[in-house]
Amino acid sequence: MVILKKAQAGTMQSSDLMVFTEPSDGLEIIIDSTVAKQYGHLIRAKVEEVLDRMSVTQGTIRIKDRGALDYAIDARVQAAVLRSQGA
Amino acid sequence: MEETLSIRRSLLYVPGNMPSMLQNIPIFNCDAVFIDLEDAVPMNEKDAARLLVKSFIQSYKNRNKEVFFRMNALDTEWGYDDLLTVLPALPDGVRLPKADTPEIVERLDTFLTECEENLGLEIGRFKIIPSIESALGVINCIKTARCSSRVIALAFGAEDYTTSMGIERTKTGEELFQARNRVVWAAKAAGIQAIDTIFADVSDEESFTREVRLIKGLGFTGKSLINPRQIDIVHKIFAPGKDEIEYALEIIEAIKLAREMGTGVISLRGKMIDAPIVKRAARVLRTAASLGMIDIEISDEVIHGTK
Repeated sequence: MVILKKAQAGTMQSSDLMVFTEPSDGLEIIIDSTVAKQYGHLIRAKVEEVLDRMSVTQGTIRIKDRGALDYAIDARVQAAVLRSQGA
Repeated sequence: MEETLSIRRSLLYVPGNMPSMLQNIPIFNCDAVFIDLEDAVPMNEKDAARLLVKSFIQSYKNRNKEVFFRMNALDTEWGYDDLLTVLPALPDGVRLPKADTPEIVERLDTFLTECEENLGLEIGRFKIIPSIESALGVINCIKTARCSSRVIALAFGAEDYTTSMGIERTKTGEELFQARNRVVWAAKAAGIQAIDTIFADVSDEESFTREVRLIKGLGFTGKSLINPRQIDIVHKIFAPGKDEIEYALEIIEAIKLAREMGTGVISLRGKMIDAPIVKRAARVLRTAASLGMIDIEISDEVIHGTK
């Protein structure tokens, strides 16, 4: 699966996150979080897991985290990727 | 546990697209939650909300309350996708909006059976709580209550009901009297539970308390809630009194004695004790136990006897 267009999912409420997708040649994950130092690697691991599960091979995924737990990261990444597909 | 004996006094709505609320579900002390994909979620967030709800329910491993989700109505473009996405996470059931006719509930029943087959689950696992929330729904609710063994309760929805009637909803609720009674009759006649509507003004505790007393008196077994602050009031009002608990304990002892003597009926203080009275006593004791008022467990064997 390839990111075909710009899309976003999530909100800026606490315990949530926003996920932005954009087409690109490679696969890149950018994480912007207030807790990036402590948890950045965990957020990244979760995002990678979801992208892997959905077989996403190309695109830029930018995360603005508001202290989201794993289940929310999982759901928001899925929603953004799916929105980056169809019309 | 027999369905009619599960305790569902407080059923709290939780918006489906808000992680900050969803992840508090384990710590709320309500009996059940309605995770909402319908009115609490704007049209352009339906897709994201159902993924979030699925993901949350999957992550909620040690369930300490029943988890229902309010899907979008079956005649909307979202209804079936809600089911297909969320059911694999194994919620306890579905609150179906706009259950105006038994046919609508039957349609959901059929679809749930298909989903259970596809997921390799026991048929009948997913329960249905139809929302009775229009004039037509109220008229048909007697049939709706009996149209599927999945229907464990009827839920009255006064906001949509008053809209369908073209009337105002008041805090004293005189305009709801007939409809409420009919929903309770339908539920009782079918041997299922009756859940009352939400009360929207969270700051008006006095009117809320009065309403909870009223609906308990009418025969409702629980109430839909929109704020965690409403939970304790409902539990307090639905809590059995001390005399009620003591009498229920006596009934259970009496019926045990009766069965030892080979009969299913016995007299206690001049009153006949048989199956329905035992069931009601068991419900009182289970409610009391869930509130920590007593420390005994009432097994189904006590209620129904051994075969």
